[in-house]
Amino acid sequence: MIEIRNLTKVYHTNKREIKGVDNVSITVNEGEVYGIAGYSGAGKSSLLRCINLLEKPTIGKIKVDGSDLTLLNKSDLRLARLKIGMIFQHFNLVSQKTVAENIAFSLKAAKLPKEEMKVRVDELLDMVGLTDKRDVFPGQLSGGQKQRVGIARALANNPKVLLCDEATSALDPTTTKSILNLLKKINRELNITIVIITHEMDVVKDICHRMAIMQDGRVVEDGPVYDVFSNPKEELTKEFISSVVSFEIPETILKHVKGTIVKVLFRGDVAGEGVISGTLKKFNVEGNFLHGSIDYIQDLPLGIFVMELVGESNEIQKALQYIEKQSAQVEVIRNGI
Amino acid sequence: MEFDVNHLIEFIPEINSAFLETLYMISIALVVAIIIGLPLGILIFITDKGLFLENRVANQILGFIVNLIRSIPFIILLVALIPLTVALVGSMIGPTAASVSLSVAAIPFFARLVESALREVNYGVIEAAIAAGGTPWMIIKDVILPEAKAGIISGITITIVSLVGTSAVAGTLGGGGIGDLAIRFGYYRYDDTIMITTVIILIIFVQIIQLAGDKIAKVVNKK
Repeated sequence: MIEIRNLTKVYHTNKREIKGVDNVSITVNEGEVYGIAGYSGAGKSSLLRCINLLEKPTIGKIKVDGSDLTLLNKSDLRLARLKIGMIFQHFNLVSQKTVAENIAFSLKAAKLPKEEMKVRVDELLDMVGLTDKRDVFPGQLSGGQKQRVGIARALANNPKVLLCDEATSALDPTTTKSILNLLKKINRELNITIVIITHEMDVVKDICHRMAIMQDGRVVEDGPVYDVFSNPKEELTKEFISSVVSFEIPETILKHVKGTIVKVLFRGDVAGEGVISGTLKKFNVEGNFLHGSIDYIQDLPLGIFVMELVGESNEIQKALQYIEKQSAQVEVIRNGI
Repeated sequence: MEFDVNHLIEFIPEINSAFLETLYMISIALVVAIIIGLPLGILIFITDKGLFLENRVANQILGFIVNLIRSIPFIILLVALIPLTVALVGSMIGPTAASVSLSVAAIPFFARLVESALREVNYGVIEAAIAAGGTPWMIIKDVILPEAKAGIISGITITIVSLVGTSAVAGTLGGGGIGDLAIRFGYYRYDDTIMITTVIILIIFVQIIQLAGDKIAKVVNKK
């Protein structure tokens, strides 16, 4: 649905050239929720804004639903934008117009007849749950309600794609959750392809199917969200994921532990605790759990246990091999002292 | 300094007609300033760098013309525009004639105020309108102007107040009006009564305009 090929965006500031986006290629499939994560300044916002050409790419191609946006003239680009919705961190509603008028702006841009406009506005208000706020000005709404208006405006012309520019970063956790649920519903029921940029890994974990991590304008790692979370390759990715899935054990605990410390990772449906207790029974090793968590990513469990194994080193080796055979991933963090 | 009430009463018809002349001059200049200065201010804003109708040549030419007129002292502009005034209204004296040069001075003044009011509009809102596929005309009419409404109203208030001052200068070249009265009687003839009365009238007038302008700007703002 979205094809970004060799996209580079160069900014000129004080006679210096800065590559905001550096040779990025990404394909987003139809019906997918794609997350782009990274620290601020990583170039994710520039990348997103290139998709609907709010920023003109310096080099590269942007194809949305088959047509190359970089080749369109002004009026065709305007028509293409009707089918690409966008929502923003700070909502960007017209403060001097009512909720209904804000939504109607998109419909006006599509030259919808007046009578149909009213019906469609009501439909959209119903979808985002703001029917009673029809004639209210944005100043009287909460952050979550404003974002709902933003979503209604973005979806007015039945777009194929919805771009979300840090859409939940200005919201509290509960409101974030409800907005994410709304986006999930939109993705599922209307089959709209969604691209989300965010610095919150929780958002990616919660609703994205695939993801990319950006740094200095480049994509450093990408793939299905579950794979990236369960098996991060780059340091930056590990750092990002640690806010959601922790791999760290406090120093003080490490000091008191004498045995071999291993991290065991169970993906998907492997019953982690069962494998471990089975192993301990089978081999002559003792095990102590130091840390453990089970997270659900895309409804698939991801279990991580850090444990101490005490026993003969060859017994420990055998035990680790056995665990690995049970389709778990084992990593020795520190050998026994 | 002395204040003679009988002298004042004698002069009321003259003060009255001078005040109406002032209102007349200011009204014409204000209407012309809005009709021409508003689009001019909008054009200067949207042709600027990074805006959706970016056009450096147009932007610089318009900016230059505005600066040019604004840098000429009004009294010189008044004299320089005599041929234009005669061509337009057939005379170079009287309030109608004075309103020609007042209008010419008010247009760039108001255009700059409009431009700065538009700059106050949150750019993200304009960007959202572009992303929604709005036409330039829709973005101006349905987004930029409503968002800048309060600022533009303040600009109108400032323009009126500034016109009150400038109209007095126009009075010296036979433009008429309350400022003219103040200068002719109060200043040249040392008529304290007329001077004090006209100055008080101007103070009250400016206060009312400013209060009303602020109030309207506040009421229309839905923020």
